[in-house]
Amino acid sequence: MASSNFRSLEAANRRETAVLVGAFMLLFGALGLGLDIAARDIAIIDGHLIGFPVLTIAALVFAGMQSIVSYYSGASLVLLSVHARPLTPDTAKHQMVLDVINEMALAARMPAPKPYIIDDPSPNAFATGRDPAHSVICVTQGLVDQMDREELQGVIGHEMSHVADYDIRTMMMIAVMVGGIAMISDFVYRWMFWGGFGARGRSSSDRDNQAAALITVAVIVLAAVAPIFSQLLAMAVSRQREYLADASSVEFTRNPRALLRALEHIARIESPLKQGTNGTAHLFIVNPREGVREDDEGFFDNLFSTHPPLGRRIARLQALLGAAGAAKLDAQSGADTSVRG
Amino acid sequence: MAFLIIVVAIVAWVVFAYNRLVSLRNQVDNSWRQIDVQLKRRHDLIPNLIEAVKGYMQFERDTLTQIVEARAKAVSAPDQASRMAAESQITAGLSRLMAVMENYPQLKADENVLKLQEELTTTENQIAFARQAYNDVVLDLNTRIQSFPTNLIASNFGFKAAEYFKGAPEEQAVPKVDLSMTTPHA
Repeated sequence: MASSNFRSLEAANRRETAVLVGAFMLLFGALGLGLDIAARDIAIIDGHLIGFPVLTIAALVFAGMQSIVSYYSGASLVLLSVHARPLTPDTAKHQMVLDVINEMALAARMPAPKPYIIDDPSPNAFATGRDPAHSVICVTQGLVDQMDREELQGVIGHEMSHVADYDIRTMMMIAVMVGGIAMISDFVYRWMFWGGFGARGRSSSDRDNQAAALITVAVIVLAAVAPIFSQLLAMAVSRQREYLADASSVEFTRNPRALLRALEHIARIESPLKQGTNGTAHLFIVNPREGVREDDEGFFDNLFSTHPPLGRRIARLQALLGAAGAAKLDAQSGADTSVRG
Repeated sequence: MAFLIIVVAIVAWVVFAYNRLVSLRNQVDNSWRQIDVQLKRRHDLIPNLIEAVKGYMQFERDTLTQIVEARAKAVSAPDQASRMAAESQITAGLSRLMAVMENYPQLKADENVLKLQEELTTTENQIAFARQAYNDVVLDLNTRIQSFPTNLIASNFGFKAAEYFKGAPEEQAVPKVDLSMTTPHA
């Protein structure tokens, strides 16, 4: 039952990745075409296409290359951008993390992901890669230092579920695409600033000029909106997956306490991750950005959050644990959760 | 024409259902091997562990000999059932040992012991998770073998329901720690 559940999630993620790549290509194609028209490289005169759409092709080639590169080496790019290094069993606690990764891989019936570590005191973790056989689990030194074995199991179990249902592929592609879109948007603005829209005098009529001006405006608007839109997409796609991964973590560990204790532990700590950039925030188990702890539940907070409020995730796990167990845990750490939740 | 389509559809379904059963049966075999790997790893670990702790724990001779004997029985077991019985004796013995080890502060200062202890913990966990994964696949396979209409194919091609890995009763019980044995001795 559990495995068929993961299979359908995997199929959904394969589809979503394909749609994402399609949308990405389309956006770049549209921007390129718009620039071509704006720059008068091409024009439609009396129903005939005149000129060569050089920018359209360049944009499509760029988008295609980026999709291919991010599919095959997105994980390395992400690891590079957060300054991660391979995790080796140099200390007892590091050995324990390696062991827990193997344990959770067994529980999920997946190959063990490659372990990585970030030298950062804030407790956090993420998983990435194009499929389970090429997956990576990355933890921070802060997580290693502050979590005990049970809490580590909960966190790694959460990451393992992202691996098992191919969330990692979708999220990795989004991470690289958000970066790519920000880049092209930046390019469009610089190019316009340097006078890229100078008339090259191919067009003959006022009507054509008008159309070109209109398209120029459209390009500007598209270039301005695309980065925001891609961020929103990254957030929406990521948010709904977190509850699911929390639930799967419990399924792997058969122990709701493990992840519950880990999240409560993280909720008590107020140290943002240094390396959590906007492009990779949605990969982590809890939002790494400063000042965005996401405990408010207003509409805009939700819209711009990569993760559901920590308090709500904790509440769901408490429900799983059952009233009796939750009451016992509350006795230990209730003050913190009631403030946060 | 309609008849032909129905025949093709049925054949396609039989092929699909058969392959699915084969895949599940292989997963069951593979999951079983995962348990096996961990049990062997535990066998290899036991002599080192006993060697490392026996100097500190003269008073736990019984526990230690029990584990060593159970291991010997598991290694030379003639059949699967007696082997699994011996393995669950090992599990019970080791969890008793782990509990008792808490009472020897000297052990916590021994880096070699700590290393072996972590290795033992993860091996025990991996046995438990491998067993859990095994039982999950067995559930998948058995459900498919028993439900209509796949059961027709299963019975025709000789697919048999797999057996769950059940823990022995003594393994599921909370290990009893004899406190009289564990008064601190310098």
